[in-house]
Amino acid sequence: MSQPPQSGRVSSHVPDARGRFGAFGGRYVPETLTHALDELAAEYESARRDPEFQRELDELLRDYVGRPSPLYHAKRLTDFCGGAQIWLKREDVNHTGAHKINNTIGQALLTKRMGKRRVIAETGAGQHGVATATACARFALDCVVYMGEEDVRRQAPNVYNMRLMGAEVRPVTSGSRTLRDAVNEAMRDWMSSVETTHYILGSVVGPHPFPMIVRDFQSVIGVETRRQCLERLGRLPDLVVACVGGGSNSAGMFYPFVEDSGVELLGVEAGGRGAAPGEHASTLSFGKPGVLHGSLSYVMQDEDGQTCDVHSISAGLDYPGVGPEHSYWKDTGRVRYTYCRDQEALDAFDLLARQEGILPALESSHALAKAMEMARLRPADEAVVVCLSGRGDKDVAEIARVRSQSNATAKNP
Amino acid sequence: MPFITAADPDLDFTALALKELAARGCHLCELGIPYSDPIADGPVIQASYTRALAQKVRLADILATVGAVTPQLGMPIVTMVSYSIVYRHGIEQYVRDAKQAGVSGAIVPDLLLEEADTLADVCRREDFSLIQLVTPTTPRDRAVRIAERSSGFLYYVSVTGITGERTRLPDNLVQNVAWLRERTELPICIGFGISRPEHVRLLAPVADGLIVGSALVRRMEYAASRPRAEVLREMGELADELLSALRETPDVQPPKSGK
Repeated sequence: MSQPPQSGRVSSHVPDARGRFGAFGGRYVPETLTHALDELAAEYESARRDPEFQRELDELLRDYVGRPSPLYHAKRLTDFCGGAQIWLKREDVNHTGAHKINNTIGQALLTKRMGKRRVIAETGAGQHGVATATACARFALDCVVYMGEEDVRRQAPNVYNMRLMGAEVRPVTSGSRTLRDAVNEAMRDWMSSVETTHYILGSVVGPHPFPMIVRDFQSVIGVETRRQCLERLGRLPDLVVACVGGGSNSAGMFYPFVEDSGVELLGVEAGGRGAAPGEHASTLSFGKPGVLHGSLSYVMQDEDGQTCDVHSISAGLDYPGVGPEHSYWKDTGRVRYTYCRDQEALDAFDLLARQEGILPALESSHALAKAMEMARLRPADEAVVVCLSGRGDKDVAEIARVRSQSNATAKNP
Repeated sequence: MPFITAADPDLDFTALALKELAARGCHLCELGIPYSDPIADGPVIQASYTRALAQKVRLADILATVGAVTPQLGMPIVTMVSYSIVYRHGIEQYVRDAKQAGVSGAIVPDLLLEEADTLADVCRREDFSLIQLVTPTTPRDRAVRIAERSSGFLYYVSVTGITGERTRLPDNLVQNVAWLRERTELPICIGFGISRPEHVRLLAPVADGLIVGSALVRRMEYAASRPRAEVLREMGELADELLSALRETPDVQPPKSGK
C-alpha cells in the first residue's frame, strides 16, 4: 500500500466555517446570492441535528431509492482480468439509475424545510436532471432543469424522462453548450429567483455550503461500502476507484475512507482523446488552482483566467472544474488521480456488458477501466471496489453513433 | 457612468468609445474585462464578452490600450473584472498592471466581503479603489459593513437579478438607497437595469452616480458590421439623453469619482 504519503495532514473535519478545504473552496459569487447561501448553511445545520429529518431521509433512501445498494462481486470480470478481486458498488440499481438521487432527495427535503416551492438544477449527462425532476415530482415542487444543447442531443432519453415527470428542460445555447454553461445559466436564474427558489446543485462544486452538503448526502455510498466490506470480506478493501467529473460519486465514496490510511483511493478523470488542451477533461492532472462557479479549486483555464473548453465522450465528466475537496485530497496526497481515455472507457463498457451482463454508464466506465488495469497488477487476495455510479442505458444511442462514425472513417479514410 | 465591454468588437473601437463618452461629459467609465463565465450578466453583456473573447483578446492587450488612452480622457476608469481573472493574473500583479494603465479601481462582482481581505490590502497599499456591491438581498447590518469596507464609491445593485435593461425598477429602491445614504460618507452609485431618462429622474435625487451598461452595449453589437462613426454617435446620443435628464434633476452631486 503506497498511499497515503502525507495522510497525517488530511482531515475529514472539513470544510471550516468559511467553506475551506485546506486552501480550496470558499465562496466566490455575487453578493445577491450570499444571503441565500447563509440561509441554506443554517438550514442544513439544523436539519443535520434533527433526528426527524434523518429518519425521513433514511426511510426515503430505503423505500424510494432502494438502498442499501448491493456490493457485487464481479467474478467473471475478476477471472478475465486475472488479479485482485473486483467488487462493484451498484449505484446503477438505484431508482433513476444513478447515484445522483441520493443528493436530490436530501436537497428536496431541505427545500421543503426552507419553505421554497421552486427548484432549479443543471445537468450534464441528464442523470442529475432526472434525479432532480424525480425528487420534485415526489415533493410537488416546480422544477426547471438547465442542460447544454449539445448534451440535450447526446442524452435525449433523459430529456424525455425529465419532461414526463413534469420538469421543464431549458436547453442552453451559450458557450460550449455543455455542463459548464448549464451551471452558468442555473446560477443566473438563481440570481433573479433566489428568494423563492432553491438551486439543487448536482455535484460537490459551487460556493459553500454546496460542496459539503452534496458530499454528505452522497457519503451514504462510502458508508455502505465500508460496512459491506467488513461484513463480506471481514476487512476494508485495498483499493477504491471512482470517476471524477465534478466529483460527487467519488467524494461520497471516498469521504468515509479518508481516515482509513490502509485504503488506497483512486479518482479517474476523463482523458478524452489526448493530452492536448481541449481534448480532455482531466482537471486535476492538467489544471491549476483558480476560481470557477463559486469556489477555488483546480480548473482548466488559460493564463488570463478564461475557462478552457474540455472534451469527454461522457457528458457527465465533460466539465472544466472539480470539487474543492478533491483539490484538497490531491494536494495532501490522500487520493491519487489519474485519467482514462474515451476509447478505454468504451472498451470497459463492452467488457462489463459481455462478462457480467451489466451496462455501465460511460462515466462509471472510466473508473472501471482503471480499476481493471490496477486489479491485473495485484494479487488475487486483494480487493478492489469500483463505484458503478450509474447505468449505461442513456449512453447506448451515443455509443452507436460514435461507432458508426468511426466505422465510416475506417472505410473512407 | 457608462459601462462598456473592452475589445468588443476590437480594442480600436474601445479607445474611440471611451473618448466619445468622455467628450459627452460622462463622469466615470466602467470598463468590463470580458470573462468566459459571467454569472451576474444578462444576455446583452454575455454576448458582448463572447464577441470580445472570440478574437482571443488578452488582458495585457486591453490594459495597453487603456494605458494609451487614459491620459487623453479626463474621465477616470474602473474595471469590472471577475475574481477568476484577478486570481489567475496574480492579485498584486493585477492591481499594479491596472494602475500602471491609469485605471483608478476595480469592481469585482464575484468577490464577497469575506473573501476580499487580500485584494483589499493590496488596493489600500496601492491607493487603488476596491468598489464593493450592496444588493436588495443584502441584510441591512451587512450592507453597513460592506459600505465600511468599500473605497471609491459604493455600488448599489438596483434589482435582485442579472444585468440588463428593465422597463420598471423596484418600488422600494429609492427608499433603500436613501436609508444607506444616511449611513455612509461614500458616494453611492446605482447600477443594473438603468436605461431610460425616467430612471435617471427617479434615482438622481438619492444617488451620486448612475451606471448604464446593457443599453450602451446593445448598441455596440453592430460596431463590427456598421460604420463605426454611426455606432459611436448613437452611443454618445444615449449618453447625452441620460446626462441631460441628470442635469434637470435638482440637488445632484457629481460623483467624487476615481478614488
